[in-house]
Amino acid sequence: MKKIELSLIALLLTALFALPAAAQIGNVYIHDPSTIIKCDGKYYTFGTGSGGLMSEDGWTWTDGAVRTGGGVAPDVIKIGDRYLVSYSAGYPGTEGKTRGVVTTMWTKTLDPESPDFGYSEPELVAWAGDDEDCWAIDPAFLMGPDGRLWCSYGTYFGAIRIVELDPATGKRMPGNKAVDIAIDCEATALMYKDGWYYLLGTHGTCCDGVNSTYNIVCGRSRSVTGPYLDNMGRDMLQGGGRMVLSAGNRATGPGHFGWFIEEEGVEKMSFHYEADYNRSGRSVLAVRSLLWKNGWPVAADPFKEGTYEIESERRGYSLELAVDFVRQAGGMRAFRINPNDPVVELEEQKLEEVIDRWPAGEIGVRAGDYMFRPHQKWTVTAVPDKGGYLGAPYYKITIAGTERALAATEDGELTAVPEFTGADEQLWRIEQLTDGTFRILTKVACKCGKQKALVSTGDSTVALGEFDFSSDNCKWNFRDR
Amino acid sequence: MISNFIKRAALAALALGFFAALPARAQELDLSYHHPVLEDYFAPASAAPATPDEQGFIRRWSLLEPIAKPEIRTNAIFDDTYLNTEFAKIYFPEQMTIVPKDGQKVKLDKKTKLAWHCYDSQRYNVKLYRFATGLGLHPTEALFLAVTVVNVPEDMTVRMSVGSNSGSKWWVNGEEAILLSGDRRMVVDDCVSRKITLKAGRNVIRGAVINGPGMSDFCIRFLDMAGNPVTNFTVTNQ
Repeated sequence: MKKIELSLIALLLTALFALPAAAQIGNVYIHDPSTIIKCDGKYYTFGTGSGGLMSEDGWTWTDGAVRTGGGVAPDVIKIGDRYLVSYSAGYPGTEGKTRGVVTTMWTKTLDPESPDFGYSEPELVAWAGDDEDCWAIDPAFLMGPDGRLWCSYGTYFGAIRIVELDPATGKRMPGNKAVDIAIDCEATALMYKDGWYYLLGTHGTCCDGVNSTYNIVCGRSRSVTGPYLDNMGRDMLQGGGRMVLSAGNRATGPGHFGWFIEEEGVEKMSFHYEADYNRSGRSVLAVRSLLWKNGWPVAADPFKEGTYEIESERRGYSLELAVDFVRQAGGMRAFRINPNDPVVELEEQKLEEVIDRWPAGEIGVRAGDYMFRPHQKWTVTAVPDKGGYLGAPYYKITIAGTERALAATEDGELTAVPEFTGADEQLWRIEQLTDGTFRILTKVACKCGKQKALVSTGDSTVALGEFDFSSDNCKWNFRDR
Repeated sequence: MISNFIKRAALAALALGFFAALPARAQELDLSYHHPVLEDYFAPASAAPATPDEQGFIRRWSLLEPIAKPEIRTNAIFDDTYLNTEFAKIYFPEQMTIVPKDGQKVKLDKKTKLAWHCYDSQRYNVKLYRFATGLGLHPTEALFLAVTVVNVPEDMTVRMSVGSNSGSKWWVNGEEAILLSGDRRMVVDDCVSRKITLKAGRNVIRGAVINGPGMSDFCIRFLDMAGNPVTNFTVTNQ
């Protein structure tokens, strides 16, 4: 019996490590996920059906989130100290057809264990007739910069519409009329950033497993009711939309965009893949960093494990061990060269040529001009069984070809320990920022409760400090050169 | 286009009880609305020649009542081979030459006669689904045929820009101009033909649009070599 248990554990671990580092772990099976939202330190998302997923850290997910009402494709927004949850349902229309309706309900907390948990009676806020050019499903909220609450909804059958809700009651604003804002998409979402309203829609074919062509596109407008134009000036009412994310990374059918802001400069997008090739082609929750390029949202690629130069955005110097710069043979070869001499390729400096000169114990870390030498090449590897954060696992950062690992010291400085042990101070949170650069944070939080960032205190000096998106001191690039 | 998959998913959702009852309080709300009618989407073509709209979209079309294609259970079958085969089928002898008059009928078989309707679309796109429902006809699992005549003052080198839901093929003066394949949504300027020459005078544009479950529509305009809409021509149904 014990043997069987051990075999099962081994099998599970094998399956866990076989998954790409970009995938969430645990129970990630969901369709039409709502915008991920944090409540009392936990992450929640609700899907079609009655349930949802929850996570302590944003990386490992379990079931257990509770939403009443059934229906499809919910969304959730925090307003004040309450959560407004919307979902779409249907009821019989004429000739056996189904009429779509959008409802909202309140709860004080999303934690089903809390005594404050419990949903109010659902209120109907939007609907469409069963022969109208609209099917009222897939609601999505937006709290505008002026405190006005909006809800978009609709699917391929006709138009995407937007209505205004009362943020105090969650009900439809009296007298408000629905406005058509897009066609040929579903699973919409709304964002507001830097004076622009963004409408995200899911184009393509849903619910066809590995053949689902779902993809997420975007248009933007100065007005919440449109017109939403794409980068070609094409109205989303004419089918326009600029691609945010399509299939790739062994998964098809990204859809149901959700926007999560960690803090200034650190944004995430949640969505589902219709089919994850590493998980039997099932529909799964996914999270990516969200980048902004020329005023347009773009999904970041998943961080790729590998060996990199870690370059400071401050001056362009690179993270390196504080060891001797070992000269390679040969001097200047520019003058008095016979052009007829044969041209040969020089070898790069090898780790074994220099490693014996490095101290055996801890070695300091600094920044220097990149010379692609062994003490400047870092291998970044996911450690998925050590937990994570929204969208990614923690990583170890080691000198390529060694187990010498970047680590935080007890007094909040940087060092490189001779051997990676899996200790928390050797684990790093790597997140791509909205401008495409990265931040690198410790797993260990300081007494203040915050994770410290890798910070350039001088061109050549690196320490741990507070992350500040407005400073290039806190930004890094992973370069393969 | 609601694909068959969505339809299946909706049915599965119903079976699983995903669809809820109408909230009790909603029973008190006025849920009445305007039921779509043909006139919301089309007007009878006038005797006077039409012009393209400001964005160059051609709104005057002769549309044949939908040819039933009940065998189309899913739009996933619309690959290039399937569509080329379907669009090559001849349902009535004059199919590729007719420039129909309003009300003219064609005979598909002993039981089936279909009528042409000459309309001006009220919108930039031609809502075939609403054309069918407006006439009380089955709007899905259907092949739609469309014809119009473009009259240009002089030879013009243009590209034909088409968006269609779902697959479609278009011919200019009998020559195939473009195929839109796949389970496709109607998007303005989705597919654009190679350079074609509209000859001075009368040019016949002919199209076929096919769809399984879901809405069908198309939009067509001509673009000049700089990508700008062409508007200096008239559109007639003869």
